[in-house]
Amino acid sequence: MSEYYLFHDSSKCIGCLSCEVHCKEHKRLPIGPRLCRVMTVGPKIVGGLPRMDFIFMPCFHCERPWCVAACPTGAMQKRAEDGIVFVDQELCVGCKACMRACPWGAPQWNPETGKAIKCDYCMDRIDQGLEPACVAKCVTKCLHFGRPESVTDMRRERHAKALAAVGWEVTLTQPIGSWTKARKPPARKQSE
Amino acid sequence: MRKEIYSICFMCTVRCPIKVTVEDGSIRWIEGNPHVLKGALCAKGSAGVALLNDTERLRYPMIRVGARGEGKWRRVSWDEALSYSAEKLKEIISKYGPESVVFGERQNLNTHLSKTFMRAIGSPNHYTHDALCKGSVNTAFRTLTGYTDAQVTIDYANCKHIVLYGRNIFESLELRPIQALMDAVEKGARITYIDTRATITASKAHRFWLIRPGTDLALNYALMNVILRENLYDEAYVNRWVLGLNELRSFVESMTPEWAEKETGIPAGEIVELARELSKDKPQVVFHYGYRGANHTNEIYFRRSIIMLNALMGSIESKGGIIIRKTAKDAGYGAFAKYVDQEGLPKPKAPRFDGVGGDLLPICDPAHGVGQQLPLAILSEKPYPIKAAISYRFDPMLSIPDYNQNKRAFDKLDFILTIDVNFNETAWYSDVVLPESIYLERSDSLQMVDGPRPTIYMRRQCVPPRYDTKPYWEIIKLLAEKMGVGQFFPYNSIEDIWAYQLKDIGIPLEKFEEKGFVSLADKPIIWDRKDGIKFKTPSGKIEFVSSLLEQHGFPSFAPYESPPAPPEGMFRLTVGRNAIHTHVSTQNNPYLNELVPENVLWINAAEAAKLGISDGQYVEVSSDQGWGRIKAFVTDLIHPEAVFMLHGFGHQVPAMTRCYNKGASDTVLQKNVTDMVGGSPGLHDTFVRVRPA
Repeated sequence: MSEYYLFHDSSKCIGCLSCEVHCKEHKRLPIGPRLCRVMTVGPKIVGGLPRMDFIFMPCFHCERPWCVAACPTGAMQKRAEDGIVFVDQELCVGCKACMRACPWGAPQWNPETGKAIKCDYCMDRIDQGLEPACVAKCVTKCLHFGRPESVTDMRRERHAKALAAVGWEVTLTQPIGSWTKARKPPARKQSE
Repeated sequence: MRKEIYSICFMCTVRCPIKVTVEDGSIRWIEGNPHVLKGALCAKGSAGVALLNDTERLRYPMIRVGARGEGKWRRVSWDEALSYSAEKLKEIISKYGPESVVFGERQNLNTHLSKTFMRAIGSPNHYTHDALCKGSVNTAFRTLTGYTDAQVTIDYANCKHIVLYGRNIFESLELRPIQALMDAVEKGARITYIDTRATITASKAHRFWLIRPGTDLALNYALMNVILRENLYDEAYVNRWVLGLNELRSFVESMTPEWAEKETGIPAGEIVELARELSKDKPQVVFHYGYRGANHTNEIYFRRSIIMLNALMGSIESKGGIIIRKTAKDAGYGAFAKYVDQEGLPKPKAPRFDGVGGDLLPICDPAHGVGQQLPLAILSEKPYPIKAAISYRFDPMLSIPDYNQNKRAFDKLDFILTIDVNFNETAWYSDVVLPESIYLERSDSLQMVDGPRPTIYMRRQCVPPRYDTKPYWEIIKLLAEKMGVGQFFPYNSIEDIWAYQLKDIGIPLEKFEEKGFVSLADKPIIWDRKDGIKFKTPSGKIEFVSSLLEQHGFPSFAPYESPPAPPEGMFRLTVGRNAIHTHVSTQNNPYLNELVPENVLWINAAEAAKLGISDGQYVEVSSDQGWGRIKAFVTDLIHPEAVFMLHGFGHQVPAMTRCYNKGASDTVLQKNVTDMVGGSPGLHDTFVRVRPA
């Protein structure tokens, strides 16, 4: 794992997919490669209310990356100072070994260059002290970038605030009543 | 060279403030104005660069050479395109009178210039898309408060409970309200969401009611019934500000929660529970009046019922409630000037084409008109023949219900002119197309945003136009000059326009460079709830019994009529938006098209099983008006009487290669019917048949 942690607070995510375009626009990507994706699951009933899950899938920047091991040219690398996994475009020959190796589909194909490309946490921005594009412009600020310890602290603080706001017995997403309980499925009215 | 420019986005009508980084003359980065939006931007906002670079947008003026819609064009100079257009328009005016020219646009910063143009040529026929979206919301607000819906806003940040009727707030994506509402929810605010399907907003709500389509009015009458019976309303506020409480009380007396349960499918006990719960948090509660409010032909009475519920809770002009927007004048400045208020500008005498202000639609807002009447007026030649249509950043063909009828109507026109940044169905059918520079390539008239803190925003040009395009303020001035009415456009540059707009406000233009906007008030201006609220009705109160309605022979309270259920195998077509696309205008954007290339048809799982339709399968949807082919999305979480599709797909313009023929068009299916009191079309009043394709 890199020294960084990109935390996705799915309770605040609204699945607007803005992060995907922020990423593509910053990287000037053609149609095809999507370096981060929000996978939407649902709607389905959870605890009596309709819920959707939003799963944020950038690259996880693994501690021992399959893609780096698989790359025959040394193009796929792990940056020594902070563990970011990135592709050196000069060295990539487009063999797609990284795409085959990654269990999560993180390396993407760039049809314009004929090479692999992947999330590098926007290294160019990080090196200027900025956040990755997806985080910087997130609509609801549900994406957080930082050191793993600061992100977990933020989560605890948020939970504590939520408890203080609505009382100890309920959490942020606790439903009021329940939509399915004591309810027949909705029926069509008889047509006249 | 690197510079940062504050401007205003225009990928959708929300127009968020943005900060654009330009490096060596090209755009490197766009983010939400950090002073307002903490840098946040939506997918459309970031896709602005894809629009800038798009080779499929309108790149130069064109005159049609083939048959209409054949797609054969001649590239011409601006001078030739404008001279040709002016000649055609002058010829039509001399033959049929100036009222035979109609101008339609999506409301924008230059609307005051379009209205100036139409007045200058002597035609009363300027309309905006507003009625199509929310004419009845506008009228409902005026009947109750004297203000339009555009003259109020919501204090989301301090709200304790918000009730949303199909107001899919997390997919409609106005960034500031979303951020404020999210913050309020973190502080304990609750969301009650009522819809015929489970949207993303439903998935964030604390209470969700899957309601039978078209019965929201029954729910509201029952809520009023409980609130009045149990004295749950804000008595001091209502006694001071409401006119007609007793009339409402007797009107809703028989409409009990038990009665509403039969109509809506929502258990009576839960309706009572909601009324009591809201009362505890009053006045910091909001019944959202809706943004798009165009579902049924009795729309005005539904929208009125929502506003009345707010009044009962005392939430109009309350912290955490609905706030009346304050103007520059309220903040102690002079008025924000518009060219349409120039002295000497003619006031056309002819009646409007759409009947607004006349016998047909007496109380609809003439500032916007009722656009969906256009095809009907062209075809019937009532009140008179219409011969020319000008459309500016508006696509009437794919926006007004009944696409095929629209086409038949446009066939009758002698001249069609479109001014836009993209091709669209109307542009494709036009005789002349004038390409506008996109928002990143132009500066525009200033934006006066009235509100608790009235604020002026500025759109500034970031990069030079990439193609042979011009800003609208220049196009309309040039066209006016060719028409011989150039004297009403007394400016030569955008700076001249800005100076004119600010002449009675007196803010130096440099002030806008600091943050991209200038606020005219340090603190929110909220009127005193006891004596200071300036309602603009004749009585100065919230008129449950409305003088505007009654004077024109309309009842203040309309008896509830149960919406008919569709016959077996048929469904009520419902439509809406998502976070990725703007109406009919972004489906061809490379990045946005990649995310959502086509729409799908939500259909209830039990109904789909009866019809032998499985998830992901293509189906044919048809109505009396037309048909389309679309993929089914089978789910338990849509009411069995309804099907749903996103608006804006099914484009038929081959030049838009990415979205051509993708998905189905709701406007092909919908019939063109209107709430003849309020002005909205009934976009959910069409039944469709669905079968496997």
